[in-house]
Amino acid sequence: MALVVPGVRPVKRRAVRRWGTFTPLILLAPAMLWLTVFFVVPTFSLASQSLQTGDIDNGFVLTWHFQTYAEALGRYWPQFLRSLIYAGSATVITLLVGYPLAWFIAHRSGRFKTMLLVLVIAPFFTNFLIRTLAWQIILTDTGPVTGFFRATGLIHVLQWLGLVTSDALLYSPFAVISGLAYNFLPFMVLPLYTSLERLDLRYLDAAGDLYANGWNTFWKVIWPLSLPGVVSGTLLTFIPAAGDYINSKLLGNTQTVMIGQVIDAQFLRVLDYPTAAALSFILMATIIVMVGLYVRAAGTEELV
Amino acid sequence: MVEGATRKATGELRLVELFREYDDFVAVNGIDLDVPPGSFFALLGPSGCGKTTTLRMIAGLEEPTSGRIFLGTDDITNTRAHQRRVNTVFQSYALFPHLNIIDNVGFGLRQLKVANWKTKAMEALELVKLADRAKQKPRQLSGGMQQRVALARAIVNEPEILLLDEPLGALDLKLRREMQIELKRIQQEVGITFIHVTHDQEEAMTMADTVAVMRAGRIEQLGEPAALYDKPATAFVANFLGQSNLLPIEVTAVAGDRTTVASHGTSLVVESGAIPTEAPDGLRLGIRPEKLRLVSANDSVWTNKLSGEVTDASFNGVSTTYLVRMPWGQELTVTQPNDGTARATLGEQVTIAWDPHHAFVIGAD
Ligand SMILES: Nc1ncnc2c1ncn2[C@@H]1O[C@H](COP(=O)(O)OP(=O)(O)OP(=O)(O)O)[C@@H](O)[C@H]1O
Ligand SMILES: [Mg+2]
Repeated sequence: MALVVPGVRPVKRRAVRRWGTFTPLILLAPAMLWLTVFFVVPTFSLASQSLQTGDIDNGFVLTWHFQTYAEALGRYWPQFLRSLIYAGSATVITLLVGYPLAWFIAHRSGRFKTMLLVLVIAPFFTNFLIRTLAWQIILTDTGPVTGFFRATGLIHVLQWLGLVTSDALLYSPFAVISGLAYNFLPFMVLPLYTSLERLDLRYLDAAGDLYANGWNTFWKVIWPLSLPGVVSGTLLTFIPAAGDYINSKLLGNTQTVMIGQVIDAQFLRVLDYPTAAALSFILMATIIVMVGLYVRAAGTEELV
Repeated sequence: MVEGATRKATGELRLVELFREYDDFVAVNGIDLDVPPGSFFALLGPSGCGKTTTLRMIAGLEEPTSGRIFLGTDDITNTRAHQRRVNTVFQSYALFPHLNIIDNVGFGLRQLKVANWKTKAMEALELVKLADRAKQKPRQLSGGMQQRVALARAIVNEPEILLLDEPLGALDLKLRREMQIELKRIQQEVGITFIHVTHDQEEAMTMADTVAVMRAGRIEQLGEPAALYDKPATAFVANFLGQSNLLPIEVTAVAGDRTTVASHGTSLVVESGAIPTEAPDGLRLGIRPEKLRLVSANDSVWTNKLSGEVTDASFNGVSTTYLVRMPWGQELTVTQPNDGTARATLGEQVTIAWDPHHAFVIGAD
């Protein structure tokens, strides 16, 4: 900046610099507008809704009725807890299935890489509802999957785990978790793939050279270097899965109701808007807190 | 590291008939090699001649297509990398980016379950003068520092053999020279066998006890640096290790340890012992530029003399390098040390001479 460019007056230079400070704001504007219209405004209206009393015929008025929160939580905490457990289980399953898959696509698939990546996102070409309905057919009582579980006795393992209650797979916690895991698998695989694809395989050579066996190479080198992918993958899976209501509705029973389903019912059928809004807020707050703790524990800012 | 200074050198390496093929390409084409324990061994060769592949096979990171690898008396061919008491300083360093320097250096020791790994790692860092950087991440260090960390990380495990794959390749000339001296010092201190891969002939010669020149997957010649330089066996080795003037010759008479040869009609004398016995055709006489002298035209002391015209002269302070054109058109390179003798000028007719003892003879390729 100490350099004086002949023929350029200082005034002009200052003008250029001021334009420079505003540029980021201008670039941010569309996103800010979007967030304001579609996130901030609805959030406030939802917040206000959750503190109103009344009914659909006589209208709702804002009475700062915080009691709704306590009542909602008192009544629906089992569905809350269940949502977190189901979403957590589905996340673990997608991680266990997705990690080897992502590794294979990133480093072992050769010229089939693009094709496999397309296959991973292929389910998105079908509607979410249709995909979930397909699982009704997959897990149907007379189908081969149920047959297999019965023939091998795995059904008893599931019963013992409390994942099914009868000898049917459909309409059980097992079906709901399977559906969730299936539907959100791509959200896990894609970030993992990105992380693992970037991983320099020479670190693996170095680990082997430094006396690490296969397991230690994975645990001390590959896993920590892929943590950014693991964190984004688990968040992208867990957050929507916790609020999901399609899987529990189509694949579950009355004992597998998740909080999304309750909110759905309160909003659209019971028409108890304050309770629905309060439940939405509790869900959001819970997830934000959990994500915050999780990201801090994973220590992603320490990573490259 | 401290006890390393006194510990007995054990790293004896033997490669037997080692081959490595990729699809239809032979990267390593039958290498037989004995590396004595405690030596500083250099593998020298042009790009793509199979140096890295050879090193990776020794480290256990690549499987040989055929052949055997012995460490001392143990056949280690079928063991995995993590089971070999061998460590590598990689060309790219390959420091783990998520670990700080001390954890990088201690990585191998922890895998080996060494209890006082932290103390040892610190000692290794002191050896490479980076103890104050222990808590930093690799990306916070300069290239030369990272290189030293890579060295510490390998050497701290006290392997039987240390493999160095062009570890100085990324450094600037000054740092390179410093690190060469440093490496040599460390090798003498710890007594580990070093196998140092490089394509810098000067680096190989200054550092190593033994140099093997590789070409297209084979070892072309092996020996002490001075022997290799003074008596190269092939034109490839002669040209890879510095410059040389090659003259085609034919043997005309053998008299005891003196053999008379003819080159372009000029009679010259070479030592009989220098003539290869197995390749009598297409012989060439080689003389290094610094072995040639400018002498007066009517000199009678020197036995081997040639005359020509100076077509180029470049002075660099230490010496002057001339190109002297022979009557048959070939230009010979002559280096004259700046020792006060008279310098020739461009276009001048000069006589150059050499001692038969200083020439070498190579067969056809
Ligand atoms: N994985 C591989 N697949 C196919 N060919 C390979 C592979 N690795 C090495 N090669 C070939 O083997 C030959 C020797 O490679 P290598 O890496 O050993 O060379 P180098 O002597 O170390 O060369 P440089 O000095 O450039 O590092 C090269 O021609 C290379 O193309
Ligand atoms: Mg190489």
